[in-house]
This record gives sequence, C-alpha cells and structure tokens, in this order.
Amino acid sequence: MDTFIQLFLSGISAGCVYGLVAMGFVLIYKSTEVVNFSQGDLVMLGAFFAVTFSQWLNGNYWLAVVFTVMAMACLGYGVERILFRRLMGEPPFSVLMVTIGLGFVLRAVAGMIWGHDPQSMSTPYSDARLAWGDFLLPVRDLVVIFGTLILSVILFIFFKSSRIGLTMQAVSQNQFAAYCVGIPVKRVLALTWALSATIAGVAGILLVPIKSAYPQLGLLLGIKAFAAAIVGGFGSLPGALMGGLLIGVLEEMTKFYIDPVLEFGVSEFSAYILLLVILLIRPQGLITSMQRKKV
Amino acid sequence: MLESSTLLSVQNIETYYGPVSAVCGVSLVVEQGAIVTVLGANGAGKTTVLKTIAGLMFPAKGMVHFEGENITGIEPDKIVRLGIAHVPEGREVFPLLSTEENLRLGSLNNQLSRLDVVYEYFPILQKHRKLSAGFLSGGQQQMLAIGRALMQTPRLIMFDEPSLGLSPKLVHEISEIITRINTEQSVSILLVEQNAKMALQVAQYGYILEQGRVVMENTCERLSASTDVKEFYLGMKEAGVRGQRRWKRRKTWR
Ligand SMILES: Nc1ncnc2c1ncn2[C@@H]1O[C@H](COP(=O)(O)OP(=O)(O)O)[C@@H](O)[C@H]1O
Ligand SMILES: [Mg+2]
Repeated sequence: MDTFIQLFLSGISAGCVYGLVAMGFVLIYKSTEVVNFSQGDLVMLGAFFAVTFSQWLNGNYWLAVVFTVMAMACLGYGVERILFRRLMGEPPFSVLMVTIGLGFVLRAVAGMIWGHDPQSMSTPYSDARLAWGDFLLPVRDLVVIFGTLILSVILFIFFKSSRIGLTMQAVSQNQFAAYCVGIPVKRVLALTWALSATIAGVAGILLVPIKSAYPQLGLLLGIKAFAAAIVGGFGSLPGALMGGLLIGVLEEMTKFYIDPVLEFGVSEFSAYILLLVILLIRPQGLITSMQRKKV
Repeated sequence: MLESSTLLSVQNIETYYGPVSAVCGVSLVVEQGAIVTVLGANGAGKTTVLKTIAGLMFPAKGMVHFEGENITGIEPDKIVRLGIAHVPEGREVFPLLSTEENLRLGSLNNQLSRLDVVYEYFPILQKHRKLSAGFLSGGQQQMLAIGRALMQTPRLIMFDEPSLGLSPKLVHEISEIITRINTEQSVSILLVEQNAKMALQVAQYGYILEQGRVVMENTCERLSASTDVKEFYLGMKEAGVRGQRRWKRRKTWR
C-alpha cells in the first residue's frame, strides 16, 4: 500500500507538469485555433532561464523564479508580436507548421547557448525528503504539486474576476464579437501568448530539480502533454490539468506494475494507449467544452 | 466640407472579399440625432458596409468620416472608442460568459453604473444576469447585443438586421427600443434591415442597396410611397407592373 501511495504521488507530480503544458496548449488553441507545438520547448527554455538566473543571482532561488516568470512572459508576448501576428488569417495548418519550426529553432538555439549537457540548479529543497511514517516523500515532488495547485488557483481567480481574464475568455469564445465590442483583440492575443509562455516557464522551474535542463527536455513532454490535452477534451484548463494527472499516474503505475511483468517498456507509450482508448469510447474527451469551459 | 450636423459620412467606399467586390461605391450620411436605414435584399452588401465603417474591413477606395475626423482604416477598437457601436448580424454574444459579464465587456472603462441604464431598457436581462448568454433565447440574445452596445455610451449605434428571425411581437418591441434609445440617449442610429416595413417606420431617411450600389435614397416617407419599394420591399403588388424593378427598366441610377 505504501508503494502504491508513493507511486501515486510521484505520478501526480509528473502529471502536474503534463497538465501545465497541456493548459498552455488549450489556452492558445482556444484563442487562435492553432496548436502550439513549441509549448514543450518553452518549458525547456523556462528550465534554462531558471538555471541561468539562479547562477547570475548567486543561487537566490526566489529571485530566479521571479526573473524567469517575467522573462517567459516577455518572450511569449514577443513571439506573438514578431511571428504569429503576421500569420493572422493564414490557414491554421500553416501556422501549426510554424510552431513546429519554432520548436526546432528553440532547441537549436538552446543547444548553442547552453550546450547539450544537462544542467541543474540548487533549490532550497533540492534533496530534502519528508519522512512520514514508513514512507519517504521527495520534497521536490510535493513542490511540483503545490506549485501547480497555487498556479491553478491564481489562474482561476484571474479568469473569473480580472478584466483581462474576462477579455481573454471573450476573445476565445467569439473573436468577431470581441472586435465589435471594441476589445483590442491583437493585444489580448499577445497577452494570451504571454500567459501561456509564463505557465510553461513555471513548469520549467518546477521540472529543473527533477530532470535538469537540456535542449531536448520539452520534446517528449510536449507530445505527452498534447495527449493529455486531448484526453481532457481540448476545451478547458481544468480538463487539461485532469488529463495530465491521469497520464502521469498511469505512466508511473505501468512502469512499476506492468513493465517488469512484460519485461518491456509499456509505460513509455501508455499515454498514447490511453489517448486511443479515450478517443474510441469518448471522442469529445473527458470534459466537453460545452458543459464546462474556462477559456 | 462637412456640415456641422453631420455625424457619419461615408464617401464612395469600395470593399472586396479577396477578388470579390461586395460594395462598389457606396456613399451615405447620418446626421446628428437621426435614424437612417439601409435596405436591401440578401447579399446586397449591407453587412459589408457596416463592417467597413466599423474598421473590421479595409476599403479599397473611399473614406469614412466620423464627427469630421477621417477614420478610414483605423483599428476597430479605436473606432469603438470614438463612439461607434456595432450590433452585428446574428446576435454575436459570448456564449459561456454570463449575461452581466457580456455587458461588462461592452463598457469601455468598466463603468458599472451603465448597467442600470441597460437593465431599465431590458428588465429581462437583469432577471437572467447570472445565466450564460448561450442559454438565452434568440430575442434575449439580441437584447443582450443591443445592451452591450449601450454600455459603450456611443454617439452612433449601427444595427445589422436586428429583426432577423424574431417574432413580429419581438420585432415591434425592438423597433420601439431603437426609437427610445435614439431620443432618450441622444444616440444617432444606422439601421440595416431586410424588414423594410419595420425600418421605414422607425427611420427618417433611407438608402436602398442593390449589388453593392445605392440605387435609391430618400426620406422614408417618400420611399414608402414609391411604387418600387412598395412592390419589392413591402410586398405590395400593383397590377401591371410586376417583373423588373422600375428603376432598372428606366435605368434611372446610371
Ligand atoms: N466572407 C465572405 N467571403 C466572400 N464573399 C462574401 C463574404 N461575405 C459576404 N460576401 C459576399 O459579399 C456580398 C455582400 O455580402 P453582405 O455584405 O453580407 O450582404 P448583406 O449583408 O446585404 O446580405 C455578397 O455577394 C456575398 O456573397
Ligand atoms: Mg447581412
């Protein structure tokens, strides 16, 4: 039973990261009808930013977090201004190809700047473990879970009560009406990209102590998070998070219980098996956007 | 050039969808405080004229002036800020936001006191203020779209076929509201309609649009009396003159 709980917790922790990336997918998709396939690579950038800022700031973790979040927000805003605004009105498929290309560029640039060896950073909690009865909890997993929880609450309040959150929802629900009401749609889209990159940055910060930062960090992450977004219905942030959690837990469980039995790494593609099953029995995803939707 | 009482003046605009010309040389004027209507069949280019004024489409030629200022090609949100509200065709609301959130989005600087004004015109919206706009009936959504425009405290409201798909009773209600808004809020109105009967009762001056051109313009009194309008827009037949439109036969517009 202890093992099960421990597996469950580390599954939830991995799932939180998938969920955060999936939220970024959904956020951009709902506003622009484009899937941003570079979302995972934004997480990688966030991880490298955290490492670098932490070095510059002599290991001041919290300051590095603040700087990373700000840098990612600016980056997201800039990417929209410089790249995607020019592509407004182009077919979604072309824009999608550009996001894939952007991913390649980000990985290459990261490789040139930081090299290909994994880099880690020290955090106040890096190697701490919480002993609780019989089992040991790695604090870094708990930090991921609490970090995601806090961010989700902030996002909920942001979309529920802030004027910008409201306009972002409006733009994603009916862009034409948003123009008619006088919402500066282009600026709101840039802010949506900023928010999406910020979420990726937070995921990067949370991921560094576990996986370190390296240029390919976001690749597999992005693909699995994409599966998570579809499992969650691709229509709501809570759905995306739930999809992520589901896939995280599933992976962890299959890795421990099924892989040794089959002597074969099923866990590596358990996410896609779940995706296929969900698409077969419930093609609209677990949560449909007509019933519940936040952005 | 412009008289001081001219609020909106559209000069000779031409607007295209790619290679397809939708509006070819339309001019119209809305005087301060007036209700002006643009009539025309489906596909005549009425919606395109409104979209061009609202900055949602860029005219290939021509100019739009509002309160003497050239607003041609300005971003749509700036045009709204100058005081032009647009109630688009087909009740475009934000379906998953509540009625009140929809209204709040209309207000430019989050002036919530405006809500009372809107609720006074549409008490039903206050009743459903917490309900998702997607669950409102068609008529209520139209009211919501009008209320959202009112939230902007505009100088001019452009209505795009507000009567479309509504019951005769609701059409009557909406037309009364439009008249009230015009007098009580001193808002000028540009009313695009296919429902000529309603529009000619509400408005003082009218333009008739056909295939992207203005083929007739006059006071609504004169338009209502014209045999062409009677036959083709009010559905009243007169013996012997069925068939082609008279202005077409006579080619009076060339
Ligand atoms: N999105 C579009 N793409 C191409 N052509 C369009 C589009 N919208 C309208 N049109 C064409 O432009 C003309 C005018 O349309 P519209 O302004 O919508 O007319 P109305 O509002 O009077 O019914 C029509 O011939 C229509 O076929
Ligand atoms: Mg139309």
